[in-house]
Amino acid sequence: MPNLLEIINLHTQVEGKEILKGVNLAINQGEIHALMGPNGSGKSTLASVLMGHPSFVVTSGKINWQGQDLLSLKPEERSHLGLFLAFQYPVSVTGLTVEHFLRSALSAHRQSAGQKILSPLEFRSLIEAELKLLKFKSEFLERSLNDGFSGGEKKRLEILQLHYQRLLHYLSPTNVHVMMAGKIIKSAGSDLVQAVEQTGYQQFEHLNVA
Amino acid sequence: MLPNTQTDKIPGSYQYGFHDDVKPVYSIPPGLSARVVQEISHIKNEPSWMLDRRLKALEAFGERPVPVWGANLLDIDFQSICYYLKPSERQVASWDKVPIKIKQTFDKLGIPQAEQKFLSGVGAQYDSEAIYHNLKEEWKKQGVIFMDMDSGLREHPEIVKQYFGTVVPLNDNKFAALNTATWSGGSFVYVPKGVQVTVPLQAYFRLNAQNMGQFERTLIIAEAGSLVTYVEGCTAPVYAVDSLHCAVVEIIAKPYSRVRYTTMQNWSNDVYNLVTKRAIAEEGACVEWVDGNFGSKVTMKYPSVYMKGRGSRADVLSLAYAGPGQHQDAGAKAMHLASDTSSNIISKSISRGGGRTSYRGLLHVAAHAINCKAKVKCDALLLDAESRSDTYPTNDVRNSSVQVEHEATVSKVGEEQLFYMRSRGLTENEATSLIVAGFIEPIARELPMEYAVELNRLIELEMDGSVG
Repeated sequence: MPNLLEIINLHTQVEGKEILKGVNLAINQGEIHALMGPNGSGKSTLASVLMGHPSFVVTSGKINWQGQDLLSLKPEERSHLGLFLAFQYPVSVTGLTVEHFLRSALSAHRQSAGQKILSPLEFRSLIEAELKLLKFKSEFLERSLNDGFSGGEKKRLEILQLHYQRLLHYLSPTNVHVMMAGKIIKSAGSDLVQAVEQTGYQQFEHLNVA
Repeated sequence: MLPNTQTDKIPGSYQYGFHDDVKPVYSIPPGLSARVVQEISHIKNEPSWMLDRRLKALEAFGERPVPVWGANLLDIDFQSICYYLKPSERQVASWDKVPIKIKQTFDKLGIPQAEQKFLSGVGAQYDSEAIYHNLKEEWKKQGVIFMDMDSGLREHPEIVKQYFGTVVPLNDNKFAALNTATWSGGSFVYVPKGVQVTVPLQAYFRLNAQNMGQFERTLIIAEAGSLVTYVEGCTAPVYAVDSLHCAVVEIIAKPYSRVRYTTMQNWSNDVYNLVTKRAIAEEGACVEWVDGNFGSKVTMKYPSVYMKGRGSRADVLSLAYAGPGQHQDAGAKAMHLASDTSSNIISKSISRGGGRTSYRGLLHVAAHAINCKAKVKCDALLLDAESRSDTYPTNDVRNSSVQVEHEATVSKVGEEQLFYMRSRGLTENEATSLIVAGFIEPIARELPMEYAVELNRLIELEMDGSVG
């Protein structure tokens, strides 16, 4: 059985400058990994490359997701496979309600999975539960996406989406990867990751995800 | 083939009778001449004052040069355009009698049958003439008149004569003159004193004959203290030959009346859309224009409100979308001609694929009009680097008691915005559509629901063609 995620000798440039210089990493189903490292070491770059950010050019190397070549896929296709990138600075879209955005994204996922698109009412009942979990009032759905949100609200909305895509399920912590100068230099089990899981999302808010 | 006749040789009334012994024609050959104008008037059996008006307007049209201060109009060939066409001889009183072909056009536009209960009165212009009318009984009792303009002239000649051309004079501009000379169809609305028409009056317009000009003329009179909303939507099939839409809308809002006029247009990409829309607001009256411009090759349209009465108000919401090869030159005019008047103009434009949008606005405050308030907000959204947006605001303020605000923004759909949304599973087109829908939301929320739905569908269709 292939690894869930396998990164092989990944080199990446942005605006002609090499940021990732041969990253190797394998993650199996059920593992939680945290990448740690000083500013500029390439943590966010790696995350962005995984999601397919158009500004980052992969010059060599491979990324496999469940044995499939990830680099040939568009960001939305990677999302449909289950990848999720929580943004440090989520962008705002004036006039687009949180509800409309979340429902559109969910519809795109369901459509790609060959599932029935939820009616607005079915969607409402699904999302109400998620909102409660993250202590959002339902009026929150009427606001413009990330527009004028506090830092905490932005983070919570990211977590809501992450949770809502069912990606935090069945994960258990094992490893932390320490990244220096764009390379993973140390992998070890971590109390930090366990702490995140035990204290729940509240704590997660302060974790620099991307 | 009709002989070509010079304008100046034509007497004031129709006297040739070249159709007396033959079946009436429903389509006049392309070209513009006094003879064509006479024939239009003759087919409609109009009073002589209207024919006079038409012929004077034709002269004014001939005397005025094609305006060069805005979009490029030099390629319009006025002689290749057909100025009158009648698709259906009879007026039908019920939906059942509307020809199937026309119903199919409605279906293609996605206008559900169920909507009819919402559409209490519908005037649909198919080619040059309105073919469908239905006015709710209670409005009849209230004395509300809602019919096509030709019927209006026939059935209420005294009202039409009193107001026709009083807001937009026949020589106001070249295209208003052309419309006055050749008009057909459009709507006539009269709301008596104090009557509140709570359900919008709706009319669907579309162009359906190749190379045909559409010259509808609309006149709305709202008596003192009345309230009315008029909604008009247009879509058009795509034709290869250039086409012209040249309409005039006149609104008279009497003291303390309130009139809202909503238009959502989607002309095919070869249409020149040149429309003069103007309203007079008397004391305490309020006029609102909600004006959406999609499609067309060139649009020039600046809904105006002449605030002649103290304390009157103007609200203009203008939306323009320009795709490849399109130029939307749209905006608004607020004329503060009395004290304590206020105006609020919001303009939103979207350019994509090399399309060009321009905001052109005039804010005028007369010297004697004190304590006026005016606010102009223009927002432009560019979807790519080839597209263009310009703003040409003119402020002509002649006293110092006025409070004027002007705000303009230009934004681009950014890579980060798209990436964020794509990372959540949306395609680039879906993401762009959502961004655009968000941008125009302040206007969409002012539309009747089915229009807002149609508008969103239109944007999705437009965005579909935008990538790859």
